[in-house]
Amino acid sequence: MSKPNSNTDNYELAAATSPQQVAEFEDHHAGFVGKLQHVLHVNPSLVPLIVLVAAILVFGALLGSKFFSPFALTLILQQVQIVGIVAAAQSLVILTAGIDLSVGAIMVMSSVVMGQFTFRYGIPAPLAILCGLACGALLGSVNGWLVSRVKLPPFIVTLGMWQVVLAANFLYSANETIRSQDIESRAPLLQLFGAKFNLGGAVLTVGVVFMLALILVLAYALKHTAWGRHVYAVGDDPDAAELSGVNVHRTLMSVYVLSGLICAFAGWALIGRIGSVSPTSGQLANIESITAVVIGGISLFGGRGSILGTLFGALIVGVFTLGLRLMGADAQWTYLLIGLLIIAAVAVDQWIRKVSA
Amino acid sequence: MEPILKARNLVKRYGRVTALDHCDFDLMPGEILAVIGDNGAGKSSLIKAVSGAVIPDEGEVWLDGRKVLFSSPIDARNAGIETVYQTLAMSPALSITDNMFMGREIRKRGFMGKWLRQLDKPAMAEFARQKLNDLGLTTIQNINQAVETLSGGQRQGVAVARAAAFGSKVIILDEPTAALGVKESRKVLDLIQDVKARDIPIILISHNMPHVFEVADRIHIHRLGKRLAVIRPGDYSMSDAVAFMTGAKEPPEVADAVA
Repeated sequence: MSKPNSNTDNYELAAATSPQQVAEFEDHHAGFVGKLQHVLHVNPSLVPLIVLVAAILVFGALLGSKFFSPFALTLILQQVQIVGIVAAAQSLVILTAGIDLSVGAIMVMSSVVMGQFTFRYGIPAPLAILCGLACGALLGSVNGWLVSRVKLPPFIVTLGMWQVVLAANFLYSANETIRSQDIESRAPLLQLFGAKFNLGGAVLTVGVVFMLALILVLAYALKHTAWGRHVYAVGDDPDAAELSGVNVHRTLMSVYVLSGLICAFAGWALIGRIGSVSPTSGQLANIESITAVVIGGISLFGGRGSILGTLFGALIVGVFTLGLRLMGADAQWTYLLIGLLIIAAVAVDQWIRKVSA
Repeated sequence: MEPILKARNLVKRYGRVTALDHCDFDLMPGEILAVIGDNGAGKSSLIKAVSGAVIPDEGEVWLDGRKVLFSSPIDARNAGIETVYQTLAMSPALSITDNMFMGREIRKRGFMGKWLRQLDKPAMAEFARQKLNDLGLTTIQNINQAVETLSGGQRQGVAVARAAAFGSKVIILDEPTAALGVKESRKVLDLIQDVKARDIPIILISHNMPHVFEVADRIHIHRLGKRLAVIRPGDYSMSDAVAFMTGAKEPPEVADAVA
């Protein structure tokens, strides 16, 4: 037998004299467009921020001080606080390449539990609130278990949960609203998130502060902790994440439980916002939260985007809503423009992702 | 010399298919052991069984003389066995650093790390850059660029660097050159030699005979779910190896297996 390498043609030598540059492509858009695409790829929340600032400037120019005042601008914050909190929960789920259609139902259910536990069973308000928060986390954990252990698609799981929780909410509450005056006199803690304070014309509520704080804390956790990196990795490619040592099940569970818990806080904030506990409120929260997330530039395919974008997305919707109303336009114009924004946002997302192709 | 990784009588059945049929396996310290075999011979099942990705139905595995039972790749990883999968197992949207430290992130010291669980990004970036430099992967300019912006060879390089950085006992490479061009393959083969130079044994699964014969110290030939023979590349030609693994020729005595 001959030596193994002596009779094999050293085919690699043939390539040795070839030109050394490897696949150099002419940079087609080395100019402004290419740089823009790169910057947006690195900072996905920049697009919604630009749109938000532009929208504020346009409405400010058209409406003047009627819109461009601390009062009006903080009014927007008050109007988006519920959607903003729910959208924070939605962002977490969408980052893992899931979707949560049950956020609104969990929010209402939790607020009903807080209200009914206080008024039907006479449980002290702080304890009833804890029960409501636990209810949200529990429903979230059911979602998480079905998605991560039973491996059902998140869309189906949460579509089912939406119906189940909403129906349970009506059955349990007997479709009965707890009036604002009753809450005010007997359990004012339930309305805590509605408490207002003034800062030189700007009117803030506890709910607004909670929304902003929540998003900042989540932004920190997603960017600067191992848990956050795992959330992105699971959304990007769950198999790769598992093989490189991420506990995918635990990550998904934590995301869904946290999402449920945040929705329960949104339920508490909802009582503060509308004053009463109403089982029929917040029906559109799931669609509105998905809208905010998508306009905020988080990819529905998971693993890309920033939760700050979600805040900007929610604010964009708020700015359009208030601006168009102040201009006296038909409310349908708002929906029309929001619809266009959703499509534009996804188109931009696809364009940004092209750098990876 | 005691094998660093030893398996005896491994059996793995998938329904009516027997992927591993009382298979033995030995990896000696400091060597590069190539595993070759026809498609469906059970190479992947063997590698998965020793790296924790599947749990064998029967048989035992010893690492460093101690009996081990891995129930997941994480178990094997904690024991010092790193695997570079053919799919590379990387998150394309995350940075090189994030990918290298996935699942074993470094936290900051003190309050920020302990209570706010903040990651020590500078330390991780420094370590990642160091490891890439060690393996001569200097063409990567920015350690924080997303993995999806790298070429195929660079990605493979990062995956090998990750394994080399953390694999203390054994590194398993599954078809590391299958998706690469000639020049990129050369880079990866050089990387393999670099890793070997640090006395970490490597299991190399490959279909590419020239690559196998170039880098391997011994070749484990797998056929029909078991170890057919172990040969030294100096003693046989590539055509012999192909003949053994396809059954066209009778193998030498298994006694060759002992190093």
